[in-house]
Amino acid sequence: MNQAEKKQLQITACKVRMDAITGVHSAKAGHPGGSLSAAEMFTYLYFKEMNIDPANPRMENRDRFVLSKGHTAPGLYAALAHRGYFPVSDMPTLRHIGSYLQGHPNMNYVPGVDMSTGSLGQGLSAAVGMALGAKYQQKDFRVYALMGDGEIQEGQIWEACMAAAHYKLDNLVAIVDNNGLQIDGNVADVMSPYPIVDKLAAFGFHVMTIDAHDFDQIEAAFAEARTVKGKPSAIVMKSVKGKGVSYMENNAGWHGKAPNDAEYEQAMAELNAALAELEGK
Amino acid sequence: MADVKKIATRDSYGKALAELGAEYENLVVLDADLAGATKTAVFQKAFPHRFFDCGIAEANMVCMAAGLATTGLVPFASSFAMFAAGRAFEQIRNSVGYPHLNVKIGATHGGISVGEDGASHQCCEDFAVMRTIPGMVVMSPADDVEARAMVKAAYHHVGPVYMRFGRAAVPVVHEEGMHFEIGKGEVLRDGKDVAIIANGLMVYEALVAAQELADAGIDAMVINMATIKPLDEELVISAAKKCGKIITCEEHSIIGGLGEAVCGVLSEKLPTPVRRIGVNDVFGESGPAAALLKKYGLSAENIVAVAKDFCGK
Repeated sequence: MNQAEKKQLQITACKVRMDAITGVHSAKAGHPGGSLSAAEMFTYLYFKEMNIDPANPRMENRDRFVLSKGHTAPGLYAALAHRGYFPVSDMPTLRHIGSYLQGHPNMNYVPGVDMSTGSLGQGLSAAVGMALGAKYQQKDFRVYALMGDGEIQEGQIWEACMAAAHYKLDNLVAIVDNNGLQIDGNVADVMSPYPIVDKLAAFGFHVMTIDAHDFDQIEAAFAEARTVKGKPSAIVMKSVKGKGVSYMENNAGWHGKAPNDAEYEQAMAELNAALAELEGK
Repeated sequence: MADVKKIATRDSYGKALAELGAEYENLVVLDADLAGATKTAVFQKAFPHRFFDCGIAEANMVCMAAGLATTGLVPFASSFAMFAAGRAFEQIRNSVGYPHLNVKIGATHGGISVGEDGASHQCCEDFAVMRTIPGMVVMSPADDVEARAMVKAAYHHVGPVYMRFGRAAVPVVHEEGMHFEIGKGEVLRDGKDVAIIANGLMVYEALVAAQELADAGIDAMVINMATIKPLDEELVISAAKKCGKIITCEEHSIIGGLGEAVCGVLSEKLPTPVRRIGVNDVFGESGPAAALLKKYGLSAENIVAVAKDFCGK
């Protein structure tokens, strides 16, 4: 991608961060840490990688995205809103009674959400089903699933990995957000999922490792995934939990906590400064 | 009723899937290494490219079915009731029920008539857990004819369906070509003294019991309530009005199943005395199906005893 395009993606990712934080702040609850660690991934998927049409969210041959780590809905919602699926101004209704922006994504309420998720470990299986559905019906859409590195402690993830390889789902890309933290602390201390890359490779995936915050690396990985035939691809992306807000970065405490008013102002100030720099103001 | 034809409803399930499969290309079947037992192997043989074995991984199978359904296919996911409704309960609740996806769960080997495998495989809790999921249809057929009609109705119903089939061969009580409608009970025998509301293999037992009760001067109505949810409330209430006494019969725990569904309706709309026949909050055990059914009171003999006591005779 050229520099102008990359800058535009970086600007969008920054806005996704801001609106994810705005939603969580307004809700006084939610999951900022993992929304921020995956902001570039959400942005790249919806603004570059996926064949989608916000005006026709149920387009039959669209690419599908399953947020297996459904608690990071604020990040997904912010990306969908900026992509034009619904008004960005609805983000503050997150988690409020009557809002379609539920705490975890509901495919029947939110335009652009392809699968209801929230209970960890189930999304990858649904993505496997979607990819298998494409194969059986000889459709050429691709399926993407994003998991947390804590989430892969769920046994069902590995059942799904077996199935993805068994059915040779080369139209599936499984992404692990390896920010290293979960609610109770370091994933390595709580229940180590490592070595993640070796495990996925052993389960039959073509595995790539990238920096989650580098659009060039994200682009290269997805391009490589498209060349892989006969097996599913996996991207293990090394990320910083809470990326972009100084006091949230690499702090498990910000897995599922809303900033108070002062913290919110600081977060917005930091992200606004980053945005101004990107926009060259 | 001594020489009636006997067929296991799991056989009916496999047969109906294969028949439907010939007609509808969007029907796909998943199993978890039990195709020979659940009889989905009949479908597999006819349509190998539309049959997906998921291995011994029921949780993944259910969510894969959910994913398949989002692409416009109609997946039937099969395992034993214990591992479908039991092991994969939360997957059914969150990935099928909550998004209201068009997934059919075909659960075989329900109840204690599983027999020799024993309590670990005798699921008597599936009606209870499945009926708590909003929007879920929960059904259990009385015999082969009804089971096949039910599978076809489930295919045409848009939304999640749970069906429980049995391992053991059971008498066929319906005529071929019966009309089956989801959510509608069926009066198999009219009566005025007590209404026996049954499903699954207890329907035949109820019919046998009613004949014996007639000899004892008790005129029993027999209702086949194949759909547990949505329950045919109208029929329950009309039976209660007419008979004033209800006996429920199911191869399921007395907690949470047909009996409590009937009690729930009646206690709110027409308080009526009810006796529940089912598995009395105990685990089953190994043994031949027929002997187990007798031991656990899932028999015409026990229905007769309960009805006589209920009617003061």
